[in-house]
Amino acid sequence: MKSYAIAAILLGTALAGNAALAETTITIESWRNDDLPIWQKEIIPAFEKDHPDIKVVFAPSAPTEYNAALNSKLDAGTAGDLITCRPYDASLALYKKGQLADLSDMAEMKNFPEVAKSAWQTDDGAHTFCMPMASVIHGFIYNKDAFDELGITPPKTVDEFYADLDKIKADGSYIPLDMGTHDQWEAATMGYQNIGPTYWKGEEGRKALIAGTQKLTDPDWVEPLKQLAKWSNYLGDGYQAQTYPDSQNLFTLGRAAIYPAGSWEIPGFEAQADFKMGAFAPPVQKVGDTCYISDQPDHAMGLNAASKNKDAAMTFLQWLGGQDFAQIYANSLPGFFALNSAPVDLKDPLAQEFLSWRKDCKSTIRSTYQILSRGTPNLENATWAASANVMNGTQTPEEAAADLQKDLASWYKPQQN
Amino acid sequence: MSISARTSMPRTVAVHTALILYTLIALFPVFVILINSMKSRKAIFREPLALPGPDTFDLVGFQTVLTQGNFPLYFGNSMIVTVVSLALVLVFGAMAAFALSEYRFRGNFLMGLYLAIGIMIPIRLGTVAILKLMAAAHLTNTLTSLILVYTAQGLPLAIFILSEFMRTVSDDLKNAGRIDGLSEYWIFFTLVLPLVRPAMATVAVFTMIPIWNDLWFPLILAPSESTKTVTLGAQTFIGQYVTNWNAVLASLSLAILPVLVLYMIFSRQLIRGITSGAVK
Amino acid sequence: MSERTPFRWHIAVFLAPAVVIYTLVMIIPLFATLDLSLYSATETGTKFVGLENFRTLFGDAHWAEQFWNAFWNNVWFFLINMAVQNPVGIALAALLSLPRLRFAALYRSAIFVPTILSFVIVGFVWKLILSPIWGIAPSMLAAIGLRHLFEPWLGQETTALTTVALISVWQFIGIPMMLIYAALLSIPEEVIEAAEVDGITGMAQFWKIKLPLILPSIGIISILTFVGNFNAFDLIYVAQGALAGPDFSTDILGTFMYRTFFGFQLQLGDPNMGATIASVMFFIILIGVCLYLFGIQRRLRRYQF
Repeated sequence: MKSYAIAAILLGTALAGNAALAETTITIESWRNDDLPIWQKEIIPAFEKDHPDIKVVFAPSAPTEYNAALNSKLDAGTAGDLITCRPYDASLALYKKGQLADLSDMAEMKNFPEVAKSAWQTDDGAHTFCMPMASVIHGFIYNKDAFDELGITPPKTVDEFYADLDKIKADGSYIPLDMGTHDQWEAATMGYQNIGPTYWKGEEGRKALIAGTQKLTDPDWVEPLKQLAKWSNYLGDGYQAQTYPDSQNLFTLGRAAIYPAGSWEIPGFEAQADFKMGAFAPPVQKVGDTCYISDQPDHAMGLNAASKNKDAAMTFLQWLGGQDFAQIYANSLPGFFALNSAPVDLKDPLAQEFLSWRKDCKSTIRSTYQILSRGTPNLENATWAASANVMNGTQTPEEAAADLQKDLASWYKPQQN
Repeated sequence: MSISARTSMPRTVAVHTALILYTLIALFPVFVILINSMKSRKAIFREPLALPGPDTFDLVGFQTVLTQGNFPLYFGNSMIVTVVSLALVLVFGAMAAFALSEYRFRGNFLMGLYLAIGIMIPIRLGTVAILKLMAAAHLTNTLTSLILVYTAQGLPLAIFILSEFMRTVSDDLKNAGRIDGLSEYWIFFTLVLPLVRPAMATVAVFTMIPIWNDLWFPLILAPSESTKTVTLGAQTFIGQYVTNWNAVLASLSLAILPVLVLYMIFSRQLIRGITSGAVK
Repeated sequence: MSERTPFRWHIAVFLAPAVVIYTLVMIIPLFATLDLSLYSATETGTKFVGLENFRTLFGDAHWAEQFWNAFWNNVWFFLINMAVQNPVGIALAALLSLPRLRFAALYRSAIFVPTILSFVIVGFVWKLILSPIWGIAPSMLAAIGLRHLFEPWLGQETTALTTVALISVWQFIGIPMMLIYAALLSIPEEVIEAAEVDGITGMAQFWKIKLPLILPSIGIISILTFVGNFNAFDLIYVAQGALAGPDFSTDILGTFMYRTFFGFQLQLGDPNMGATIASVMFFIILIGVCLYLFGIQRRLRRYQF
C-alpha cells in the first residue's frame, strides 16, 4: 500500500517535471492566522514574481484547532502540500508516521546552524524534515515613559528587578507586572521559561534533566517557581481571571509598567502603544553572572509526503530556505527572528534589542520541549498548571515541583531512579 | 373567546416586570457586543460599557470584514448549507418519527434506540472516517459534504423530539382518514404534518443553530475559499497572539442576523401551527 | 396474534432516507472511531489489546484521577443546568404563554437571542463582562453598593466551574423555554376553559392542569440537558482553554476527551485513549437515556389532543 503510494508520487513528480510550465497551485497549512495579511501582501507576491508558474495559497486555521485539523486531514489524505511545523515532538511524530517528507538532502539546509535544525530532526540528528523559519526570544518589555516618570532604570539583577517593582507599586499609577494566570500558558512560557534558564543555567540544566542527573525538585528548578510566587505581589487586581489578551491590552493602553514577554509581541505592541517602549533581558542573580536567554525555534515548514505537487512545493521550500525570504519575513514580522545563518538587516529597534542578547547571553530552548513532553502526563501542559497554581497561591513552589517530578518520573525512564 | 377577564392589573405588571428583567439579562451581553463592534480597539478596552461616541466610533471591524475575504460569498454558503440541511432533517426526520410513533412493528423500540445513538456521541469524533468517506466520494471542498454531515447530525434529535410530539396526535383523526381510504403517505403529509407544525418549528430552530455556528466541519471538509462559511471566515481573525477583536465582533454580530430572521420565521410558524391546530 | 400481515412497505419508505444517511455518515464513522479504543499504538503499528485501555483509564492513577475529576465536574455542571436552566426556562415559557400577553413575540425573540450566538462570542463577551480589569461587573456591583462581592470568578478554582455552568444556562435557556412554550400552547382551549369553569385559575391552574400535561416535554428537556451537558465541550474550550483551568477545575468529560483524542500543544493526540474515554461517555449517556426511556417515559401519561 505504502510503496504503491510512493510509486504514485514518484510517477506524479516525473510527470509534473515534464509539465513544469503548467500552473500549479500549492497550499500551505499553518496556525499563523496572524500572518495572513503579510503572506498575502508580501511573501506570496515576492515568490510568485520569480515563479509565475506556481500559485501559492496560504490557508491558516485558528491556532487552537490547528493540530487537530491538520492531523485529521493528514490521516485522511486531504492536507495541503506544505505543512507549517511545530517544533520538536509534534512534527517528529508526523515524520515518524511518514506524513512529512525527509528534507535532509536539500542544499538550503546548509544555510542554517545546527541548533536551528535541531527542533526538526530525529533524535540522532540524521534526518531533518522541516525548513527552519523563525525563532522567538523571551525577555521583558517595559513602558519607557513610565520608567522615566518614576525615575527607574531597566534592572540588571534580580534585586534591582524587585526594587523597581517595589517603586512602581509604591507609586500606584501603574500595575507593576502585567501578567494573568487565567490562560495558564503565559505563566509557564513568559514566566517560568523566561527566567528559569538563569537558575538552571540554560542548556546545562536542560540537558542534565533529560539525562536524569538533575530533578525538577532540585533547588535550581524550584527557584523559578519561587520567583513566580513572589511575582504575584506585583500583579494587577484579579489577575487570576486576567486573560492573555487582557494583559496585552493593559500594557498597550499604558496601564502597566513591565510586561514579561516573548519577542512575538513586538509588531502588535508597536502598532497599538502610543508610548515609548524598551526591553531588558531576564535579570541575573548577582552582578557579573552569565545571563541566559530562551531562544526558541518556533516554526518551520515541511513537505506533506502525500503531496501531489511535490516539485512546486520543493521549489517553494528552496526559496523559503534562502536569503530573500529571511529578509522579508524578519522585517515584516519583527520579533520572529530568522534562523538563517546569513545576517539579516533588521530595522526594528526593539527587535534589535532582543536580538542583541544573543551576543552577551547564553541561549537555550524551553526546558520542556525536547523529549520531556513525549509521554503522558505531558510535562509542558503540567508546567502550565504548576506555574499558574504557584502564582495563584493554590500550591507552594515545593508542592508544584514535587508534582511535576512525579508526573515526569511516571513515564520517563532516566528520571525513575 | 374566553369567558371572564383573566387578567388583573397587578398581575400583568408583575408578569411584565419578570419578563423585562429576564430580557435584560439575556440582552445585556448582546448589547455589549453590539456597541463594542462599532468602536476602536482601544475604546473597547478603555471603557467597554461606553456607547460609541464621536471619538470612539469606528467601523474598522466592518471594513476589515468587507475587504479581507469574501464575506458575501461566505454568507451565501452558510445560508445554503443551513437551509438545505434543515429541509432534509425536517422531512426525513418527520417521516422516520412518524414510522416510529405510528406503527407497531418488530424492532420498533430498537430502531428508536438506534436512531437516538447519534445524540449520545459527538459526531466530531468520527471526523477522520467522515473525511475519508468524503474524499473517496470526491466531495471534499463541496457544500454537499457539509449538508450530508449536518443532515446526519440533525436527524437523531429531530426524530427523538418529533416522535414524542407525534404520539399526541389524535388517533381518531388518522383512523377517520383511513376509513376514507387515504394512503398512509397522504395521512402523513396532509393530516399529521400540519398538526405537528409547532414541533417542526421547534426542531428547526434547534437544528439550525449548531449548523450555522459550526466551525469544525467547514474547517475539515470544505476549507477552500469558495466553500467557506461565515463562522470559518470569522476564525481567520483569531490569531495565535493577536486577535482582531473588531473584525471578530463585526463578522459574528453580522452573522447573528440571518439566524435571527430564520428564528422569527419559525417561531411565527409555531404560533400559526398551534392556532390553526386548535381551530381544526 | 400470529395473523400474517403483508409487509408494510410504507414503514420502510418512511424510515429509509433517515436511516441510510444517518448510518452512512454518522454511525459507521463513529463506530469506526470507538473501535480504536480496543487497540493500542506501538512502535510497529497498532495492535488489538481488548479492554486494556479501559483498565488504564480506571486503573492507572494518573488517568483515573483525571477521569474522575472530569466526571464529577460534569455532574456538577449538569446539576446546575438542571436546577437553574430548566425551572427558569419553564417559568418563562409559562409567563409567555399567558393569553393576551402584549409583546410576547418580542420577549420570546429577545430571550432566545443568546442561544443563537456562536461560542466564540459568548466566551469573549462573558470574559469581558466578568473581567476584573475592564470593570463592567465590578462597576455594576459598585453601583448597587456590592463591590466587595466581586471576585475574579473565572480564575478561581472554587468558582470557575459554577460560573461557566451559569454562562451555559444563560446561553441555552432558549431551548427549554421554546419546547415548553410549544407544549403549553398545544394544550387545547377546552381544557383550560373547563378548568376555569371549575374555578381553577392562575398559579393553581398551572400546577394542577398545565404542569401534568407538559410533563412529557419536561422529560424531554431533562434528557436533552443530560445528553447535552455530558457532551459539552465548546463553551469550556473558548472560556477556559483546552486545559480547562484553573488547574483542571473546569475540566469535564468532553474537554478531557477532546484533549486526549486530538492532542493539545505539545501533547500529541492519542486516538486510542481518546476513543476509550468517548466510549465511556457513550455508555454513561446510554445508561441515562435508557433510564429515561424505560423508567420515566413509560410512566408519563401522554394525552392525545
